[in-house]
Amino acid sequence: MDGIKSYVLICGGANCTSAHKDEIVKKMKGKIKEVGLKTEVQVLPKGCFGLCEEGPIFVVYPEGVFYSHVQASDINEIVVEHLLNGRIVDRLLYKGIVGKNIVTSLNDSKIYKKQTRIVLKNCGVINPENIDEYIAYDGYMALGKVLTEMTSEEVVEVIRKSGLRGRGGGGFPTGLKWSFAAKAEGKQKYVLCNADEGDPGAFMDRSVLEGDPHSVIEAMAIAGYAIGGSQGYIYIRAEYPLAIKRLEIAIEQAREYGLLGENIFDSGFNFDVELRLGAGAFICGEETALIASIEGERGMPRNKPPFPAIKGLWGMPTILNNVETYANISQIILKGVDWFRSIGTEKSPGTKVFALGGKISNTGLVEIPIGTKLREIIFDIGGGIPNGKEFKAVQTGGPSGGCITSDHLDVEIDYETLIELGSMMGSGGMIVMDEDNCMVDIARFFLDFTVDESCGKCTPCREGTKRMLEILEKITTGNGEAEDLVKLERLAYVIKDTSLCGLGQTAPNPVLSTLKYYEDEYKAHVFENRCPAGYCHELIQYFVADDCKGCSKCVSVCPVGAISGVIKQQHTIDDDKCIKCGECLEICPFDIIIKK
Amino acid sequence: MVKITINGVKVEFPKKFTILQACRELKIDIPTLCYDERVKPQSTCRLCVVEVEGMRNLRPSCSTQIDEDMKIYTHSDRVIEARKEILRLLIANHPLDCLTCEKAGDCKLQDYCYEYDVKESGFVGAKKNYLIDDSNPFYIRDMSKCIMCGNCVRVCSELQGKNILGLIGRGFETTVGAGFETQIDYSACVSCGNCVSVCPVGAIMPKSKEKFRRWEIEKVRTTCSYCGVGCQIDLLVKDDKVVGVDAADGPSNEGLLCVKGKFGFDFINHPDRLKKPLIRKKGELVESTWEEAYDLIASKINETKKRHGVDTIAGFASARCSNEENYLFQKLFRAGIGTNNVDHCARL
Repeated sequence: MDGIKSYVLICGGANCTSAHKDEIVKKMKGKIKEVGLKTEVQVLPKGCFGLCEEGPIFVVYPEGVFYSHVQASDINEIVVEHLLNGRIVDRLLYKGIVGKNIVTSLNDSKIYKKQTRIVLKNCGVINPENIDEYIAYDGYMALGKVLTEMTSEEVVEVIRKSGLRGRGGGGFPTGLKWSFAAKAEGKQKYVLCNADEGDPGAFMDRSVLEGDPHSVIEAMAIAGYAIGGSQGYIYIRAEYPLAIKRLEIAIEQAREYGLLGENIFDSGFNFDVELRLGAGAFICGEETALIASIEGERGMPRNKPPFPAIKGLWGMPTILNNVETYANISQIILKGVDWFRSIGTEKSPGTKVFALGGKISNTGLVEIPIGTKLREIIFDIGGGIPNGKEFKAVQTGGPSGGCITSDHLDVEIDYETLIELGSMMGSGGMIVMDEDNCMVDIARFFLDFTVDESCGKCTPCREGTKRMLEILEKITTGNGEAEDLVKLERLAYVIKDTSLCGLGQTAPNPVLSTLKYYEDEYKAHVFENRCPAGYCHELIQYFVADDCKGCSKCVSVCPVGAISGVIKQQHTIDDDKCIKCGECLEICPFDIIIKK
Repeated sequence: MVKITINGVKVEFPKKFTILQACRELKIDIPTLCYDERVKPQSTCRLCVVEVEGMRNLRPSCSTQIDEDMKIYTHSDRVIEARKEILRLLIANHPLDCLTCEKAGDCKLQDYCYEYDVKESGFVGAKKNYLIDDSNPFYIRDMSKCIMCGNCVRVCSELQGKNILGLIGRGFETTVGAGFETQIDYSACVSCGNCVSVCPVGAIMPKSKEKFRRWEIEKVRTTCSYCGVGCQIDLLVKDDKVVGVDAADGPSNEGLLCVKGKFGFDFINHPDRLKKPLIRKKGELVESTWEEAYDLIASKINETKKRHGVDTIAGFASARCSNEENYLFQKLFRAGIGTNNVDHCARL
């Protein structure tokens, strides 16, 4: 790398990739060659920086200049101005680091400052397709340490003492799970990684696998050593092609380096990892369904007990951990229990990665110590609600979680506190809602998802979620009746109480939590035929107020010809034709059109 | 032994007993639609749920093993409410054509709705609507009536070993069918009819030529006459006529049958069926008595033996005989008639 003066780091995560990153990189490389900087500038793909809202993202070192929203048309300017002439292109700088006449480092920006990056430490830093870079950042040192200095019992003990809990959402103590599998008897034991991330809006695991695949592979090998297993499988959804590709490269490189395979570090320990691709069923994220799917069966949950740690894959002791859980392991081994316990809360040490989405300024990934207040996540890190709207609620835990209101913004986020609020940690999706969101419709949206994803095995989930959805559809279309609310609640409790697996047991949460905190909205739909948020189409009407100037702009944008009127005279909207798209309201220059 | 308390009564049962097994021993009635002790419990219907103190959710009694000091409530308000709601959900997606359904009177869904006083679902919405598959000569499949207990699938794979049936689709759209969603007759189905026997509702029914209601028939336990296995069957008799067969739980068949035993009973009432021996007299077959027929057989054997020697006689037995009958048959030939020329059709 002699003679290299600048490095351009590009986010290679799926979000930036889908924002035409590849095309932009190609153009940049071409321009760099053209201006004669080929030997001085190196362009490097990295993992996700977490600022998905700002993509595509470029960081130029050694200056550490952070460019966001870079388009193909900006490339010539960056190359000529910055790389050739040494002048920062101000207009492309990430706004979060631009203060009054001063550009701060990314780590001091509001969005990064409150974060603690353990799981995401290498994301955006190393090239995920190069094992040497992972090794340069202490990669595989933890595996070396366990294999050469520790007994398997000691490894289990360290993880147990660290207090690490399952990051897939359940929060089961990881060390305890490992100790069950370590004690269980079996000819073979299996180490599984759950990368079947399926919650709408959640992409933590994908980013880890795309940005730092070796951290998971290393942790699985450590887990294998701890429980006495030599085979690992990563169950990853086929919808993550980039993560699959990077994992394949990582596994191949690890095998080449002797970090997977036989007699790793001359310790006599053998371990290998293979990928198993999911076919798109959300339920395969449930541990027993995942195991059934690996076995080649239809992905459906099985009865527990026996728990997988005792009888799992092919009837053998099996541990199954989430991607994010594994991404903590090697650092706990290297930095120690005390370090890990110093982060987060007493009951739940460490950090949690959340995917911020919905009505929030900084959509993206954030990693925060467990116990951080919701307010800090949404307003300090997430940048609050865009367009000056009011915060209404946040949905955590995806379709299994519930809505949390503004009354609970100061609650410290933890597995237990979220459950108390009727939600759950889940895998870490956080969907923020503002005043324009109808909470009945939000419940309907999540139920729609669970109805699609129910496996069909047990009665309450298969039949019950469908009936809940039908009732919610009835309410949001203005046909709700008083007894529907009773039926809805009764169904919700029975489905929770009697379903076979976690999917059914948590599917009613979005309904129960919205019924609890926003009962008035349900009642407004049912008894007053009104959607307070002005969202449910069948319950709103558009009117032209009396002082219409007759500019007829609304007529031209109405896609269904629902507006009529003579120029310079009062216009009217035909409610039978109107599809409530809101185009007229947007375009009206005099704000005459009213939504009610 | 494990000490548990069921509905306030302290009892002891062997380890590994499920709650359902314990309740059945105690004659506590727990409703089940998907439970079949011959196959692995799947706990899909959720009707057998019970309340276990200290557990967050209701537990399926069919697959939950008893544990020391477990306190179980099988008919608490919470349990009854849950069972009622599950029944409501099941009938919300069921044709409820009990007036004409052949299964009426023998339908578990009907029985439980009666027991739990569930008259209507209260839900208005989508219902299954599948075409009836009548491609099989012996039974029809009406998946609109299916309640998705999965018994047919498990019996076909775990007991019959044919793996014809599987679940198709997901969620509310899930149904049961043969591979590639073909009609059942295009599959490798051997028409054993064990799926018919285990269907708790009228989704898989024999193609019956007779119309009968369950309360009109008398069950007659007998041994299937088709082969030597000795399967136990219950003949369903209406007005002295056999109108159907139920598989019975015999020591050799444990509730299973083959296509012949389950469906091949038409011959019983057939007008061509021989009920008395026929003897050919002057070129004509003439009805006679058993005594006359036996005498004729004995005299012919003796005559042949005298004239041509014993080794000109051979005995050939049938696979429809039991082991004991075949033993007696060879003994008759070896010890009675005096020849070793004896064989059996199953060897061919």
